[in-house]
Amino acid sequence: MSESSIVTESCCVEIGNSLVLDDVSFEVTRNSLIAVVGPNGGGKTTLFNAITGLVPLTKGAIKINGENIRKGNGNIGYVPQNENLNWNFPLTARQVVSLGQTKNLPSLPFSKKNNKSLIEECLNDVGLYELIDNRVDEMSGGQRQRVLLAKILAQGANILLLDEAFSGVDIGAQISLIEVLRKLKDLGKTIMIATHDINNVADRFDEVLCLNRHCCAYGDPLKVFTQEVLSELYGNHSNIFDNHKIGDHGGNSGA
Amino acid sequence: MEVIVGLDILFEPFSYEFMVRSLFISILVGITLPMIGSFVINRNLGFMGDAIAHASLPILVIGSILGISIFLSAIPAAIIIALSLGFIIGKSTIGEDTAIGIIFSTFFAIGIILLKEFNLSTTLNIEDILFGQILGVSDGDVLSTLVLSVITLSIIVIFYKQILYLSFDPIGAQVTGLNLKLYNNIFLIILSLAVIGALQSVGIILVISMLITPAAAAKLIMKNFFSSIFVASFFGVIASVTGLYFSYYINIPSGPAMALSSTGIFALCWIFRRSIRLI
Repeated sequence: MSESSIVTESCCVEIGNSLVLDDVSFEVTRNSLIAVVGPNGGGKTTLFNAITGLVPLTKGAIKINGENIRKGNGNIGYVPQNENLNWNFPLTARQVVSLGQTKNLPSLPFSKKNNKSLIEECLNDVGLYELIDNRVDEMSGGQRQRVLLAKILAQGANILLLDEAFSGVDIGAQISLIEVLRKLKDLGKTIMIATHDINNVADRFDEVLCLNRHCCAYGDPLKVFTQEVLSELYGNHSNIFDNHKIGDHGGNSGA
Repeated sequence: MEVIVGLDILFEPFSYEFMVRSLFISILVGITLPMIGSFVINRNLGFMGDAIAHASLPILVIGSILGISIFLSAIPAAIIIALSLGFIIGKSTIGEDTAIGIIFSTFFAIGIILLKEFNLSTTLNIEDILFGQILGVSDGDVLSTLVLSVITLSIIVIFYKQILYLSFDPIGAQVTGLNLKLYNNIFLIILSLAVIGALQSVGIILVISMLITPAAAAKLIMKNFFSSIFVASFFGVIASVTGLYFSYYINIPSGPAMALSSTGIFALCWIFRRSIRLI
């Protein structure tokens, strides 16, 4: 098996009339912790949606462990941005984590006992075993993230995608979350996290993907964060997309 | 002596056959609507439930013109309403509530006009359809409500996890391969079935009260979703049966009686919400 768990080749995604991802190519090393950074509207969420098969590629290809992407591949677990979840539901941590098994055990209401230990194990992995019967909607932002992480572990995912996992999470809880993620990485998971906090990327992550519609840089945070990359990421650089239009991703071969 | 009088008040109504039928329908409606209502209140779909009830009018009227019973027209009505509302909301760029508002008022208006034009007063009484008249139900109505309730409850039990997952975390659930559109449509169809099945007893205008009020009351005092569903149904049965007594003794339409009973239960739960917090 190859050393890369996610390989994207010249991926383009159009949503409506805008080209959200343009010629994105990178290879994620298996069993690593990767930050995805970039400005708002830079395509971080769209990239995750493309990797999970929720949005189709207009062009290019994404391979997961050497295979084409398909929806329902239990190997990928996705924790969306906090506001995309419905926190009205008064669910306990145990109930949320058990949802991770919905696909594997469709008749779950009648077969609760089989997976009880797995639910407990997954919550233990994220350090929240003590709160197993507490309500998730009453937990802090960091705890909610960890419960959702336990849910995708219960799903059996090996590639974990977390969108804006640190937003609304205080610094202490961020550190606990990173510790949990490092532990999961040691257990063999590949983890990608979209974040705005570029100051801590070098301390926390093995690799970083700089994304602003296209892949500005990918690699060791200490090496890739050059002045040039940062200004391309956050500066005004619309000129570099001059050759790219809807339906014409231009210059893949030429540019 | 007083005890006997009290029991008399409880049992006397059921010496009449129509009251036994009404009781049966009350219990069915009391179980089904609040159970599905527990999802509705957490998904903020209350307005949708109201819209489904109103939008069903023209289909019931057309059914009546063609000589089809409410039961037989209820199932296609539920499917047509649920799918068209789901489709239009999905395509709309004007906002969900706005789209629902436009569609349901249009359907309701068409229903009222059809009702007047075809002069259906012998088969379809507008007041009964609007406010509910549980005391006039037939054996056929009982059977139809029973079938609609059984279908609705079975689907909730079978697809509980899928519907809950997609309601709580639609994106994460889709990533695992669950079909959001399919389950949303299934949910809207059973919501429509439950609502239409209850029109006879609660009526179009007040069906929303049985759908959301007992569920909201249960949410106030219960700690988690799973148990709140059962308590919602328990409250629903109490509210509908109490409503039935009021309807019988004070001779008021059953819809308002049940709605006010639900509100009473909600008020009690609200007052005691801090002292009662059950699992």
